Amino acid sequence: MSIDDSASPPAAATAPLKPRGIRQTMSDLHIWAGLLVGWFLYAMFLTGTVSYFKDELSQWMRPELAHQAVVPDPAVVAQRIVTELATTAAGSPQWSIGLPDARNNTANAFWRKPGVQGRAFESATFDPASGHKVAARDTAGGDFFYRFHFQFHYMPVLWGRWLAGFCAMFMLVAIVSGVITHKKIFTDFFTFRWGKGQRSWLDAHNALSVFGLPFHFMITYTGLVTLMALYMPWGSDTAFKTPAERQQLTAELSAFVQPGKPSGQKAALAPVDAMVRQAQARWGRDNIARVTVVHPGDAAARVSVSRGDEGRASMSPQYLLFDGASGQLLQSKDSVGPAAETRGVLYALHLGRFGDLATRWLYFLVSLAGTAMVGTGLVMWTVKRRQKLPDPDKPYFGFWLVERLNIAAIPGLSIAMAGMLWSNRLLPVDLLKRGEWEVHAFFIVWALTLVHALLRPAKKAWLEQLWLATAVLALLPLLSAFTTQRPFWHSLAAGDGVFVGIELMLWALAALHAMLAIRTSRHAAKLRPARRGAPGRTTATASAGEAA
Amino acid sequence: MIAVLHRARSVGPLVSRIVAAVFGGYALAALVSVAPLALPISKPQAVLTGMLASFAVYAGAVVWVFAVRSARRAWAGLLVAAVPLLLAAWSVRSGSMAP
Repeated sequence: MSIDDSASPPAAATAPLKPRGIRQTMSDLHIWAGLLVGWFLYAMFLTGTVSYFKDELSQWMRPELAHQAVVPDPAVVAQRIVTELATTAAGSPQWSIGLPDARNNTANAFWRKPGVQGRAFESATFDPASGHKVAARDTAGGDFFYRFHFQFHYMPVLWGRWLAGFCAMFMLVAIVSGVITHKKIFTDFFTFRWGKGQRSWLDAHNALSVFGLPFHFMITYTGLVTLMALYMPWGSDTAFKTPAERQQLTAELSAFVQPGKPSGQKAALAPVDAMVRQAQARWGRDNIARVTVVHPGDAAARVSVSRGDEGRASMSPQYLLFDGASGQLLQSKDSVGPAAETRGVLYALHLGRFGDLATRWLYFLVSLAGTAMVGTGLVMWTVKRRQKLPDPDKPYFGFWLVERLNIAAIPGLSIAMAGMLWSNRLLPVDLLKRGEWEVHAFFIVWALTLVHALLRPAKKAWLEQLWLATAVLALLPLLSAFTTQRPFWHSLAAGDGVFVGIELMLWALAALHAMLAIRTSRHAAKLRPARRGAPGRTTATASAGEAA
Repeated sequence: MIAVLHRARSVGPLVSRIVAAVFGGYALAALVSVAPLALPISKPQAVLTGMLASFAVYAGAVVWVFAVRSARRAWAGLLVAAVPLLLAAWSVRSGSMAP
């Protein structure tokens, strides 16, 4: 770290002060901002990338639920779930139902616990065909990776979100300082020096970063925007003193209708399917996101039906509000203010839910490039410093630590994520808190990869973990074939794009890990003799260990 | 003792910059999130404008802190940027206090 100024030579006092160039200081800032939270960023990036297919992954993790060839009519499903909730969540002042769509074959509902003050919720997943709770294995599904990528686990949700925000801010700084560091950002994009050790790492890092730069910048900034009310509450704290005033802001952000006071008079809930049909007439049959019911069974009941993500790149609230007792349309919320709409668009850009399948794949691939950008950056830190080590076999503690954490963070995470999918297939269906155990399995496997990385020589640890990741990913479709009724060939014959897609993806990822492993071992094999002969080590030799 | 002092003198400015970047930058961003309330737009829009802009200012502040020649300049720059924002935020605060 040489950012400090007092260390400048005394000559600077007499000669006109010649500060270190801006590129040098920005390079230091880039390196340290990136390194300090790089492992978190890598995990956030990879689990976030996977989350673009979280609904598909959730389907794969609930193999008991049949492939949904046709999306059931949201109006019919909404009525079914409302009827079910009347008994399941009886007495609750508020229900909210997420309806199935082309990507999701379940309905999810959460409701306020009856008789409890404050924010106490219960939730369940329902089968749209029967309206009853799904008869599938207990699993968090793809939602685990999605939640993990902005709030981690084993810590209070708010701590996790603050930590994620802190890391995202570092990422933003790393991006801006990385761009300033770059003299020839355009030329460098077309420069790639294969098999040149540190140069190759730098070029890979540059290409991955520059290629996706608009995306990386967008995803980082919009990530902060999704939780900005948590990170920057000062404006709203100053402007709004009472909950009623704050409601003005909430109304601009979400379709969540706050429960008012019940009248105390009983009144049956009007047919919800008729309300959903009115919304369908506006937005399209399958473009309904949620149905929220406040004070069901009371004369003051309200029902809101909110618009889906199709046909607009915005998460701003759009909904129809009905009188729950009479079924009459009370309000149609179509637009929000300009700043709120900006926020809605930024939010939607982060989630990418508005996109069709092709857009989603593009999101996935560029986001994967972002993951690789963080990964290559982390590896480069060790590659650069390895050349300067007096004795590469006995590095100083900081180097040793970064090197080992990189192994657990990069191939280790792949193994852990695949490990969770293995546990999804292997844990007994009637295990108590089965869904939680899948999550524990993820962390147990991840911890084991860290132990392995700490105990083994670095090069061997890289290779072994890359090969292990290859194996566990490649074998997953086979495991699934033996443990479920839906082997790959059945899915293929049945035209089940979700199962086929996920399993092909697992093989593609396995191939990617195998490729990295082969390159790593080739480098190591080719360069080992050269190293013995020449103590003045070349750049290429230095990178042998990390050529992953 | 002298070695410790020397070390403090060489590390001090760096620590000062890190504090300026992390906390000074956040304070400036927090001011940015409040200041738009002084604009003649509705409160919810002003609040959201402030929130949306704050992270850009935070990132800019961090880059500034490490780009300038000395830690002292870094702090001075943050303070200069804070003055108009502080005035705007102050007017909002006193405005909302008024009956």
